[in-house]
Amino acid sequence: MLRYTLKRLFSLILSLAVASVVIFAVIEIAPGDPASFMLGMNAQPETLAALRSELGLDVSKVERYFAWTSGMLTGDFGTSYTYRTPVIDMIRDRLWVSLPLALYALVISTLVAFPAGIYAASRRGQAGDIGIMGATQLGVAVPNFWFAMMLVLIFAINLRWFAAGGFIGWDAGFWKGLHALTLPAIALALPQAAILARVMRSSLLDVLGEDFMRTARAKGLSSRQALWRHGLRNALIPVLTIIGLQFSFLLAGSIIIEQVFYLPGLGRLVFQSISARDLIVVESVVMLLVFSVILVNFLVDLAYAAVDPRLRSRT
Amino acid sequence: MTLLSIENLSLSIHQFDILHDVTLSIAAGEIVAVTGESGSGKSMTALATMQLLPKGAHTTGRIVLGDREITALDETTLCTMRGNDMGMVFQEPMTALNPVQTIGAQVAETIRIHDRTITRAEAFDRAAETLTRVGLPQDRFPLGRYPHELSGGQRQRVVIAMAIALQPRLLIADEPTTALDVTTQAQILDLLKRLAKEDDMGLLMITHDLAVVADMADRIVVMRNGKIVEQGETGHLLRHMRHPYTKMLFEASGHRVNLPAAPAPAPLMRVERVIRDYRLPRTSVFGAPGSFRAVDDVSFTIQRGERLGLVGESGCGKSTLTRALLGLEQVQGGSIMLDGEPVFTGTRPNLAVRRKMQVVFQDPFGSFNPRHRVDRLITEPFHLLPDPPSGAARTRAIDEALLAVGLTPRDATKYIHEFSGGQRQRIAIARALIIRPDLILFDEAVSALDVSVRAQILDLLAELCGAYDLTYLFISHDLSVVRTVTDRVLVMKSGKIVEEGLTKDVFERPQHPYTKTLIDAAPILPDIGVPA
Repeated sequence: MLRYTLKRLFSLILSLAVASVVIFAVIEIAPGDPASFMLGMNAQPETLAALRSELGLDVSKVERYFAWTSGMLTGDFGTSYTYRTPVIDMIRDRLWVSLPLALYALVISTLVAFPAGIYAASRRGQAGDIGIMGATQLGVAVPNFWFAMMLVLIFAINLRWFAAGGFIGWDAGFWKGLHALTLPAIALALPQAAILARVMRSSLLDVLGEDFMRTARAKGLSSRQALWRHGLRNALIPVLTIIGLQFSFLLAGSIIIEQVFYLPGLGRLVFQSISARDLIVVESVVMLLVFSVILVNFLVDLAYAAVDPRLRSRT
Repeated sequence: MTLLSIENLSLSIHQFDILHDVTLSIAAGEIVAVTGESGSGKSMTALATMQLLPKGAHTTGRIVLGDREITALDETTLCTMRGNDMGMVFQEPMTALNPVQTIGAQVAETIRIHDRTITRAEAFDRAAETLTRVGLPQDRFPLGRYPHELSGGQRQRVVIAMAIALQPRLLIADEPTTALDVTTQAQILDLLKRLAKEDDMGLLMITHDLAVVADMADRIVVMRNGKIVEQGETGHLLRHMRHPYTKMLFEASGHRVNLPAAPAPAPLMRVERVIRDYRLPRTSVFGAPGSFRAVDDVSFTIQRGERLGLVGESGCGKSTLTRALLGLEQVQGGSIMLDGEPVFTGTRPNLAVRRKMQVVFQDPFGSFNPRHRVDRLITEPFHLLPDPPSGAARTRAIDEALLAVGLTPRDATKYIHEFSGGQRQRIAIARALIIRPDLILFDEAVSALDVSVRAQILDLLAELCGAYDLTYLFISHDLSVVRTVTDRVLVMKSGKIVEEGLTKDVFERPQHPYTKTLIDAAPILPDIGVPA
């Protein structure tokens, strides 16, 4: 297990190094000079040169790459071209919204999907199964911003249980913060839960057809006991894969939901920075997202090995 | 005293009648074998006894175990009986165990599920005792082992341990050795016999293999299409079988064919010092990858018109060698020449040689594209030819090939699902014959077939040998089949050819100890009252 973990860790570091080079290269190749963008079309060449030097754009690309990466390792992500504030501060503020939101949505999605998937699988072809599968079909098909608007309409405007948008910040207290994030988290979670429930169901159905399930029944386990003791853990591998992918998506892909609920999240930060050619922010946020994706994959790999002993020995 | 009695059991699943009026009984300590071909209902009889039937099953009649009528019990009571009063062992040991639980936990589960008062430690102690009893001693097979760390035979022992942990009165074994090699099969059969005797346990064996049946059963029950056609004490039934189906079954199991004499030797394929290594995954990031030698310095020659056999147990390198002979993979040493030309050139099969060889695989279900008609399926090898026949010539070739394997030209427009397993294997042979290859490789070509169908295919082979001067390499784990359809035989073990000689000589006077073990382990059909 230690060997397996170390190997995964090594591949994590390697992926990060490769990703940083690719991100840097792609963004540098993209047209648009931040300095001339900031100063406008009619800028004096001297002013431009001064600003470029101030922003650190006048040194070679290799030097800039190393300055950027070594900075990131020490927590210094550079300074935003447009806002003139440290990038790390901007990201930190946004992350405090996006990360809890993603986790919250993931928890909701898992809490909904697991029971739904297990229930549907154990009643295959019966009314319960058909009902749940129909609901998940709907969950996958309907866009989440529509859900979001419906949630606002019902729970914020009509029932007035929640605010329609904005985020009061965690300083107001944990539960208040959580309360503010509830509607967006539900809107984000529903389509994910629908997908996850379908994966859980089909994965479990595959396992229920396995020979060892019949062996378990022959030992004297009831079908319910066999499902919980032998079925679930075996069905978990594909489900973990999807959960890993969903977390990465939730962290960065919630831009539309952030717009609907007017949340200061990472998605909006990326969008604004790209429009403003604020390359250093874009680079840093993208790098951070890549890091989180790779980290989540690493954790999923460890979870695989915890679930399935065959992976542990196949170092 | 009767332990299990099944009386007039009939079973239907969604309107399909599966069993009709099955009546049989087992006494304590008795071994009863239920035998028959696929679809005879033997497995369903076993599952009905365990009351583990698929959804939609409806039974009539009675199944009585001891003094309890199983058919009248509710599911909760049945759960307390399964594993406790009756245990079951299945066919496929590779998949019968939960891959993510240790063998100790799985054996202990049988004990704990039926006795809530027992502690975890006590259950594991008893699991260890049971595993030792089935031949998995703790010093070599500790409780913490996972199924994937064990071989097929060892896994079957774990399954048996789970079934007998609580010393049930009845053990049902459904084809317990069908997936195992002959030497392992012999050990597992011995173990089952011993356990039945020691625990005075009734053993209901389900098997299609009559040699196994004759070897160990006290009584035999022969089933066909859901009905029992004949049953009786083993010795008596073998001597005085009455039902024509029983006679046919025994005749087909020991079926011998008469091969026409082989022509004068003239080498067709020369295999010289062939080595096939596989790369193993790296064990460390910077270390060199290891390698596994699947075929190790193998040399032999196939003469034109010769019928050569290749026998060996699973993992001995038979399939790897077959792929190398077909030129599908590059070898790491030695040469394979057909008619003086290499089978593999550069990075791919040598097409000029490839069209002289055809292959027939084991699985008659998986080796055809279900969306093509038979004419398209059997003319597939034509793409190997520089100018394939077309129009009337193509139709003539199709008709001829179908007739040769005992089908009719009308079958050309049908799809593969319209044929039975035996007919599909005939179509596979037609596909191989259609370009008149110099050499055909039969890779376990009759292993998946029922005995009666197998006998017909073997007859067909003998017939084709006369009509087409076939040269073939017959690869099989089944010694009795190889014995009758080959002139010469190679015995393979761990990638090496350990013995080679005329089939008759090798079977009658094996020289290598491994060949002796193989032949001794294979159960033999007794020669009683059955014309061989």
